Amino acid sequence: MNLTTTYMGMTLKNPIVSSASPLSKKLDNIRKLEDTGAAAVVMESLFEEEINRESRQLDSFLSLGEGAEALSYFPDLETFNVGPDEYLKSISVAKKAVNIPIIGSLNGVSTGGWTDYAQKIQQAGADALELNIYYLPTDPNMTSTIVEQMYLDVVRDVKKSITIPVAVKVSPFFSALANMAHRLTAAGANGLVIFNRFYQPDFDLEKLEVVPNLMLSTSFEMRLPLRWVAILYGRVPVDFAITRGVHTYEDVLKGVMAGAKVTMMTSELLQNGIGRVGEILADLTKWMEQHEYDSIEQMQGSMSQKNVAEPAAFERANYMKVLKSWG
Amino acid sequence: MTRNKVTIDGNEAAAYVAHKTNEVIAIYPITPSSPMGEFSDEWTAKGKKNIWGTVPNVVEMQSEGGAAGAVHGSLQSGSLTTTFTASQGLLLMIPNMYKIAGELTSTVFHIAARSLAAQGLSIFGDHSDVMAARSAGWAMLFGNSVQEIMDMALIAQTSTLESRLPFLNVFDGFRSSHEVQKIEELSDDDIRAMIDDDLVHAHRLRGLTPDRPFIRGTAQNPDVYFQARETVNQFYDAVPGIVQGAMDKFAGLVGRQYHLFDYVGAPDAERVIVLMGSSAETTEETVNYLLAQGEKIGLVKVRLYRPFSGEHFVAALPKTAKTIAVLDRTKEPGATGEPLYQDVITAVAEAMSGGKMAAFPRIIGGRYGLSSKEFTPAMVKGVFDEMSKSEPKNHFTVGINDDVTHTSIEYDATFNIEPKEVTRAVFWGLGADGTVGANKNSIKIIGEETDFYAQGYFVYDSKKSGARTVSHLRFGPKPIQSIYLIEKANFVAVHHFNFLEKYDTLGLADVGATLLLNSPFSTEEVWDNIPRAVQEQIITKKMKLYVIDAYTVAKEANMGVRINTIMQTCFFYLSGVLPPDEAIAKIKYTINKTYGKRGESIVKMNYAAVDAAIEHMHEIKVPAKATSTIELPPVVSPEAPDFIQKVTAKIMAGGGDLLPVSAMPIDGTYPSGTTKWEKRNISLDVPVWEQDLCIQCGKCMLVCPHAVIRAKVCNESEFANAPATFKFVDARWKELKGQKYTIQVAVEDCTGCTLCVEVCPAKDKSQVGRKALNMAPQLPILEQERINWEFFLKLPEVPRYDGAGLKFNNVKDVQLLEPLFEFSGACSGCGETPYVKLMSQLFGDRMMIANATGCSSIYSGNLPTTPWTFNAQGRGPSWSNSLFEDNAEFGMGMRMAVDKQAEYARELVERLRGVIGDELANGLLKADQSNESNIAQQRQRVVELKAKLAGLTDLPSRDLLNLADALVKKSVWILGGDGWAYDIGYGGLDHVLASGRNVNVLVLDTEVYSNTGGQASKATGLGAIAKFAAGGKPTPKKDLGMLMMSYGYIYVAQIAMGANDGQTIKAFIEAEAYNGPSIIIAYSHCIAHGIEMERGLDQQELAVTSGYWPLYRYNPMLKAEGKNPLQLDSKEAKTPLKDYFYSENRYKMLTRSNPEAAAKFLKQSEEIIQERWKMYQLLAKREA
Repeated sequence: MNLTTTYMGMTLKNPIVSSASPLSKKLDNIRKLEDTGAAAVVMESLFEEEINRESRQLDSFLSLGEGAEALSYFPDLETFNVGPDEYLKSISVAKKAVNIPIIGSLNGVSTGGWTDYAQKIQQAGADALELNIYYLPTDPNMTSTIVEQMYLDVVRDVKKSITIPVAVKVSPFFSALANMAHRLTAAGANGLVIFNRFYQPDFDLEKLEVVPNLMLSTSFEMRLPLRWVAILYGRVPVDFAITRGVHTYEDVLKGVMAGAKVTMMTSELLQNGIGRVGEILADLTKWMEQHEYDSIEQMQGSMSQKNVAEPAAFERANYMKVLKSWG
Repeated sequence: MTRNKVTIDGNEAAAYVAHKTNEVIAIYPITPSSPMGEFSDEWTAKGKKNIWGTVPNVVEMQSEGGAAGAVHGSLQSGSLTTTFTASQGLLLMIPNMYKIAGELTSTVFHIAARSLAAQGLSIFGDHSDVMAARSAGWAMLFGNSVQEIMDMALIAQTSTLESRLPFLNVFDGFRSSHEVQKIEELSDDDIRAMIDDDLVHAHRLRGLTPDRPFIRGTAQNPDVYFQARETVNQFYDAVPGIVQGAMDKFAGLVGRQYHLFDYVGAPDAERVIVLMGSSAETTEETVNYLLAQGEKIGLVKVRLYRPFSGEHFVAALPKTAKTIAVLDRTKEPGATGEPLYQDVITAVAEAMSGGKMAAFPRIIGGRYGLSSKEFTPAMVKGVFDEMSKSEPKNHFTVGINDDVTHTSIEYDATFNIEPKEVTRAVFWGLGADGTVGANKNSIKIIGEETDFYAQGYFVYDSKKSGARTVSHLRFGPKPIQSIYLIEKANFVAVHHFNFLEKYDTLGLADVGATLLLNSPFSTEEVWDNIPRAVQEQIITKKMKLYVIDAYTVAKEANMGVRINTIMQTCFFYLSGVLPPDEAIAKIKYTINKTYGKRGESIVKMNYAAVDAAIEHMHEIKVPAKATSTIELPPVVSPEAPDFIQKVTAKIMAGGGDLLPVSAMPIDGTYPSGTTKWEKRNISLDVPVWEQDLCIQCGKCMLVCPHAVIRAKVCNESEFANAPATFKFVDARWKELKGQKYTIQVAVEDCTGCTLCVEVCPAKDKSQVGRKALNMAPQLPILEQERINWEFFLKLPEVPRYDGAGLKFNNVKDVQLLEPLFEFSGACSGCGETPYVKLMSQLFGDRMMIANATGCSSIYSGNLPTTPWTFNAQGRGPSWSNSLFEDNAEFGMGMRMAVDKQAEYARELVERLRGVIGDELANGLLKADQSNESNIAQQRQRVVELKAKLAGLTDLPSRDLLNLADALVKKSVWILGGDGWAYDIGYGGLDHVLASGRNVNVLVLDTEVYSNTGGQASKATGLGAIAKFAAGGKPTPKKDLGMLMMSYGYIYVAQIAMGANDGQTIKAFIEAEAYNGPSIIIAYSHCIAHGIEMERGLDQQELAVTSGYWPLYRYNPMLKAEGKNPLQLDSKEAKTPLKDYFYSENRYKMLTRSNPEAAAKFLKQSEEIIQERWKMYQLLAKREA
């Protein structure tokens, strides 16, 4: 069975990619991912803000003191390795350890930071870069035009500064998502990763505090990206990746049929182990055999909006139909 | 040969040679020598090699005594070995020093000479310590400047190998150890050329080895000890020649020629001063100045003080000398004179009797500079002037006003000789704003990037929060010998506007000086906001005034309150030492060098601040007249007691140097409760109480480190005359129904730590961000809250007894107890002082405290004001600090004394039953003093007893009157940090607790030597980075509690207020109630953990929930009830250990510097914690 797909110019042996997650922190996991069949690995994101925060903390603690007896409180070490070095090293080490493509992931805060770190990730050997752009526009005076322009500027700046392919992990919260996908592509994005899954805070009712709460995804969550990839496929000339709620071989099939070049998973692997990639691939192959498919490429986009019998099913009618079916 | 020019301090200069020329280094922290150990540990951690290409082995010991023992062992085993110390630390080394010298062992100890604790402790510099060690038989070399410290370190090392005598390389603590100067660094080749490897081999071959066995360290008897002791004479005789030989060889290599005694001055001088140490530089500068005026004077600088070569001394002295003044930087009460004076007298007398001198000069001795007291050219001239008198004073003092025994000599304090070509800049900063760090960088820039010589010295105050720093920077074309504080500055920077009101910041400004002021006011407003007296100084001194709103610039550059690089840039711009562009480039270069390791964003942030500085700086045209309506406030309230007005206030205002001898208490006794008079106003924000939300839980009162937030409950009538803004609500106690509750904040004493707000559990149901306590700006409420605080203090306290119904065994009740420890100088958000304050609330009116040296002794006892106070009845904790190492024994002595006094008093009561009456006698003797009410009753009986005894003249009655108070229970508390309890004082602690005596020990466990800057102790956790453990502490924390539980009869509790405040209170009450020894080990979060201090309580909770710090109480009294004495008060770990560890910089740092080691230590720690928890569980489950 030919499971091969291409993603941003890279030929991948199958459409299953491990998405940006703490899994990629350990080299051993990356090896296991390759062994079990994953076609590529997106590294955990490098957060410029986190690097800056850590630097600031270190700076403030190392600067404490200035008393007669305590001139300082910590020894002056040779190196503190704050900054991106550890992350960059993990990319180059992973590149040496495995044959599958390694995709860097970056969340910047400053213009200089985006381009600078993007270059460093390229130099470290990454095969491609995923831009993990998220910005919560909480200021009522900030218009969508400004927000959208910020996204486009980042993509344009990064593209200018590096040569490896660049994917943009986008959020679903754009008023005109299709237009945004189109403009991101025009700005140079080689791939769109649909969608960024934000951690939503929770409330602790006893302490009356807002608390972080990490919830893993379920297959149900794939509906939103599935729909949008299906809509955008063929309309925006860019490679799509689906990265939300991919848990089973059926999810992979659906994603590919909607038009994704790859499907990315994390929650399933965190919950049930890295070995799930192999199981899903086996199930996928079996299903394709049973249904007499020759290749993945054959089904790519087969159920996109433009290829289905009822394109309107992806639009408002779809909503109506669901409501009726409850009744 | 060109050598590196480096800009370093004396400690680094000494440590540099020590690390290059040794194989084993044993270290222990003590101010001001600690940085030498820190440098050595860091260099070894970084793999820096000595001149033989191997990395020295550095080991931290448990005390200076331990370090000396380890050094002795290593030396005896043939390794080149050294250590560093000062003050009491050197005293602890003396026993070993006798052995090391007696065994003719080559070594150099580097000493940052410091005062010894007598009537009070002092961390500052003089020669008391080395003078106390002089009989041990060590050679002593003095380095007078940073350059000389490095040079003498090498000359000492060369000489010790050749002479076989051990050497002390001595320099002045702080003045030299902490002074930064541009010097020439000795190269490895220089050092190699000075060290004879054959002598190194010979040293090694003299070491103990089973391959060539011999015995050393025998016990000798009357028949041979004496002769054997005399065998060493020839070695002492040879030392002067050997040292001079080394000095000559050094001169040949390096070009700087030293002599055992260096003479400076007129060849035909009639008046000659003899001294040693940093003051020799000042004296030389003054002599040269006076020589130019035609004076016939001179100076003998003593370099090799021991063995004292009278022959060389006399040879160095000009034959024309008629009067010699020998100045000692030490005091030897009762002696015929101070040590150097005696040596000079003897040398001259011997020369006279040997016919080597024609006439006996007049020799006078004087003391100067104790505890880093300034020694200035004016004083030098004063000494020369005194020598000109027909009857000069002998055994004089200079630099103080001794109006009691009139030892002091007069001098003209306005005499100033600072060379014109030297730029002198003074910077007033805060510890937290990085002023000192930036100034050190400025010195480096000037020293290393220009041809100028540069000097920096830094003066710190005694507070740990809101501490003030004054930096003194000099630079000029010639080497700087002015080893004293700047007296006439041509540049003054005031980094905080409110300093203008608090200190005489411009007192040091010269005429025409430039003033750089960090001002929050606009250029139009600034002049009117400067106090009138300061305006007058600016006008009179014709100063130029520049202002910058550095806080705004810093804020815009994301730098918080760190205004250092901004002010530094302005300084360079105004000083003109370098062209502006070049200066900015150099500043940026140094920023990159200093902060580069901390991350690119930090460098960029600082660059941005530098770039913004100049454009925000403005010159203010100084008006011709002072127009300000702002008058300087009085230092203390006019209501303060006489002593506070006359003495304390002077010290607070920076005028302590001018206090005469008669003003000082004669025996180190000072009044309690003086911090209340020092209104520091250091916090911009303070907590404000929202009475409608408050649930009156008392947690804020418990955690406040400075006792600034207080509660009272009184009848409503008490509030009749309350100020308009005074708040009170119904008390929420069933026992106090109908009464009113109030919380009041001492806003002038608050340090703004926010712990109270963090801990407050009461939230507004409609706006959860609003709590019952919220921080708000201090200034707008200052006046009203000052009045409210005064009113609050006058409200009655809730009685501790008489059936108010309160139990005072829980947080809610305890908040109402008056703290007798308040407004200390501890760090903002300190993790120790909440425990200390709680202790004072619970037992303060009957407490005796023995306090080990460390943070707690500094915030408890450092002048000018001290926090231990007293209640309305005049009762409060008695407090004393003996030493670092002996605190448990010191406390035990207190227990023994009060027990004996009580015993004798009881015997007297029995004997005087007839006078006293049976009822009162029985009452006194049979009193159960286990609770507050009973103690109060006993106090009442004592009052009656005293009334009956008053006027009686027989000895037993007078004795009993004298001892009557001993009949009331006393609670002895032994207090100290982990450095004391786990390390230096452990032997004594163990013995005292094992004694079974009724003492209570409180260990404030910060897991490092916090006071000296965070060196590792045996309490430091596995893998934590600390000074002396730069690679991460390689061994786990000692389980002190478990060790003490093994006795079975010691009450042991491990507590963490932030995790369980109720258990904390229980532990204190049980420990005190137990009629036997008790120890409480209290987790104390600390600035040295690398945490945001407002998160301190959360860190405590994490320590407990991660299983790192289990809470328990081991109460031997439960055994009698047939119960298991061990109760676990916390649950099995539920938080991953890494969540606790990596939320603290001390652990986090290692994940960055050495991730593999960090991972290994984390795993080991998890295993250890689990294993220990299982063991505790097992013990707690045992059948009783």
